[in-house]
Amino acid sequence: MTPADGGDRLAAYASRMRAARLPRGLHPVAWWLWALALATAASRTSNPLLLVLVLAVLGFVVTTRRTAAPWARAFHYYLVMALIVIAVRVVFRSVFASGITADDHILFRLPRVPTPEWYAGIQIGGPVSLEATLSAAVDGLRLACLLCCVGAANSLANPKRALKALPGALYELGVAVTVAMSVAPQLVESVQRVARARRLRAGRSRGLRAVRAVALPVLHDALDRSLRLAAAMDSRGYGRTGTATRASRQLTGVLLLTGMAGLCVGVYGLLDPGVPRPVGLGGLGGGVVLSVAGLAVGGRRVSRSRYRPDRWQWPELVVAGCGAVAAVVLTVGTGYDPAELNPDLYPLRWPTLPVLPTVAILVAALAAFAAPPPPRPRPAPVPAGARP
Amino acid sequence: MIRFDHVTVTYPGADRPALRDVDLRVDEGELCLVVGHTGSGKSTLLNAVNGLVPHFTGGSLAGRVTVAGRSTADQPPREFAELVGVVGQDPVAGFVTDTVEEELAYGMEQLALDPAVMRARVEETLDLLGLADLRDRGLHELSGGQQQRVAIGAALTAHPRVLVLDEPTSALDPTSAEDVLATVTRLVHDLGITVVLAEHRLERVIPYADRLVLLAGDGTARHGDPATLLAGSAVAPPIVHLGRLAGWAPPPLSVRDARRRAPELRRRLPTVPPTPHRTAHPATRDDTGAAGVVLAAAGVVVRHGPVVAVRAATLDLRAGQVVALMGRNGSGKSSLLWALQGAGRRAGGTVRTGGRDPGKIAAAESRRLVGLVPQTAADLLYLDSVGAELDQADRDGAVPGSARRLLDDIAPGIADADHPRDLSAGQQLALVLAVQLAVTPRVVLLDEPTRGLDYGAKAALVRTLDGLAGQGHAVVVATHDVEFATAAADRVVVMAGGDIVTDGPATSVLTASPTFAPQIAKVLAPLPYLTVAQVAAALPAAPGGPVGAAPADAPAGRP
Repeated sequence: MTPADGGDRLAAYASRMRAARLPRGLHPVAWWLWALALATAASRTSNPLLLVLVLAVLGFVVTTRRTAAPWARAFHYYLVMALIVIAVRVVFRSVFASGITADDHILFRLPRVPTPEWYAGIQIGGPVSLEATLSAAVDGLRLACLLCCVGAANSLANPKRALKALPGALYELGVAVTVAMSVAPQLVESVQRVARARRLRAGRSRGLRAVRAVALPVLHDALDRSLRLAAAMDSRGYGRTGTATRASRQLTGVLLLTGMAGLCVGVYGLLDPGVPRPVGLGGLGGGVVLSVAGLAVGGRRVSRSRYRPDRWQWPELVVAGCGAVAAVVLTVGTGYDPAELNPDLYPLRWPTLPVLPTVAILVAALAAFAAPPPPRPRPAPVPAGARP
Repeated sequence: MIRFDHVTVTYPGADRPALRDVDLRVDEGELCLVVGHTGSGKSTLLNAVNGLVPHFTGGSLAGRVTVAGRSTADQPPREFAELVGVVGQDPVAGFVTDTVEEELAYGMEQLALDPAVMRARVEETLDLLGLADLRDRGLHELSGGQQQRVAIGAALTAHPRVLVLDEPTSALDPTSAEDVLATVTRLVHDLGITVVLAEHRLERVIPYADRLVLLAGDGTARHGDPATLLAGSAVAPPIVHLGRLAGWAPPPLSVRDARRRAPELRRRLPTVPPTPHRTAHPATRDDTGAAGVVLAAAGVVVRHGPVVAVRAATLDLRAGQVVALMGRNGSGKSSLLWALQGAGRRAGGTVRTGGRDPGKIAAAESRRLVGLVPQTAADLLYLDSVGAELDQADRDGAVPGSARRLLDDIAPGIADADHPRDLSAGQQLALVLAVQLAVTPRVVLLDEPTRGLDYGAKAALVRTLDGLAGQGHAVVVATHDVEFATAAADRVVVMAGGDIVTDGPATSVLTASPTFAPQIAKVLAPLPYLTVAQVAAALPAAPGGPVGAAPADAPAGRP
């Protein structure tokens, strides 16, 4: 190989690298990995400063890298939901006062509701302490972080494309969800149309008869439509036979079921400190292996290809990696004092910001720069003549 | 390419077969047109091509259907996906994905084609059907004609050798329908695809058909050259009836064809038709004064959010007059009708009928003034028998028994025990009309009633509307069907973009514009003839006899 050759190849390689950064949608799995990794990181800490930092990173990445599609605007709703979660948590903790120690700073006292004898375990009303409220708020904040991680993934990755990335064995599930998503608006439209038409016969608008008068035509409509859809899908080749046999179908079932059971045991074991760690890890590992095997066997059932599949390129790897760094640093807990992740409320003091975890969470924000910008929608051409 | 060998299809519970001993051969590259009344087995025939009948629908199929040598008995429809593409009546019902590009690719994904091949074919198809500008658009934001073209494209990407289309234009306005049919004929001519097509509005497609399959109604089918078959058929476009009257043999199939033979006929016709295009109830037609006005609407505005659907429309409806409301899809026809009835939103303007405003009174009151039959008439039917629906109509304020009487007048022979959903489109329309008329509204509005009706049902509807006008009702029919408007309407109102752009007597409006002109007017222009009946009345010779020989140099058959 001459040096010129090497130079050409390097140039070609560089241009491929640059091409991967052209505006396009990032592989949905990359966004999901990134978000789940951040969720893992958030679940390891109860330091409010770190949790707020995670939220800030989520907000930053979502605002810079989401598309103009309707589903991309969902992040607001997740934020609102997060606030509700925190509020509910705090209110409950205040009303059902519990875990108040003698050292607590009492903020105010709620009137006590006398509870019957057999209900003595739970106390309603009473003193509300600063420590209890803070701990409830931080708990809520952590839950809110997890919620927002899912929300970020949903706003960044097109849910439809994410479904397309499902393994072949779960293909039918994906189709069912897609069809359901497109049928829902049609059903709403159908209900509106029939309800409107009822006025023409001056039908009563309340009571059982009204329900029947709307439901019957709507259900009839829906049934008709699903039959026609099924016929259309059949004529277009949906469900063409792959190479599956009866035995392979049964094998798929067994593998998937035991795999799922293993996953459940593993996750439970890892989350519950009472269960020995090897049991949890073993269950998780075994479950993953069995599930993957099941999906692989089941995938042979369908012979299908994908139109314009999302490709896994270096930006995908970097995005997923950024998230993974945060998750690993906060899980492993070396290089800093792990106690700083879960600051004690007794005595009450301002939490400190551990350096390494902070940097790790900030690394996750790099996803905003690693991911290619989302494609701009083409200006909608105005067709000749008015559209309805 | 397609062979039917003595095919008989019987559905479970049916007392007679839907198809009886059908023997048919469609060759490669042909456009085969399937014609017949509603319920004569058109859909059964079409669906048998790829095996949906009987694999999907149930029933039993005797005989043998083969496509390119493969029998549908051996394999389910999905295995025919790369051989037969199917496009249905309602494109939206068949969409699986939500954007144009993905929909085009869906069929190929099922066939497990290579991604590179898929991409190339999607691009080709986008160009072929003129959809390139719409590639990223959601399927539900497209107009009806665009949706139907996407559905055709989605069937084409699998490169089928046969394309089956079941009434692809029945839900479209004339312009979109032309668009879709032009696409279909281009596919036949450019790609050599074999097309099997069912279509109610024969006049649109017959010029392009190579073969005609005529379903008699008892399950049997005849097939052959379109001109020959149509010469003796009752189901025929007006132009063929004209050809018969003028003694042209074989009958002309296209306007161009007829127009080239027409000079001789035009010379023999008086310049003013001796009879009006409609002979029923000459009572109050064409008066322009305030007399006879039963509904007066002024400055009606309808808005749907930011969209202005109707922009200050002013309209007077007279007793004894049938008005055809025409215009492309989305021009505001439905919104105007709903606003006139009072059930729809009205952002401005006034409507007066019977001294009251139907929009400001209770629904039970307004339907006594103005009756509206909506586009999907079946939306109004929610009981489980025709008898129950009629009883309900009586309870809703009609004179007992009047609904039944009306129904028997409009469409005799519908039993009380029948389920409303089992009736044909024409019968459902009759039932809803009877229910709405039972409370004796002076004004009757019908929104697109001709959708899915065959020639016979349309003729029956014209008779019903004539009867209503004769009794002093004011009738408005929104329709896309020019031939129907010609037969039914005294006055034509054309809407575009929410405005009323034309409002005048049918004779002048329907002869003025080529889009809204019936076939007879196109052939005989500048003579103001609209119907075959007018021509028949004007010709001196007795009908049925040879009225005039075809010129010796007349082009034979199709262009």
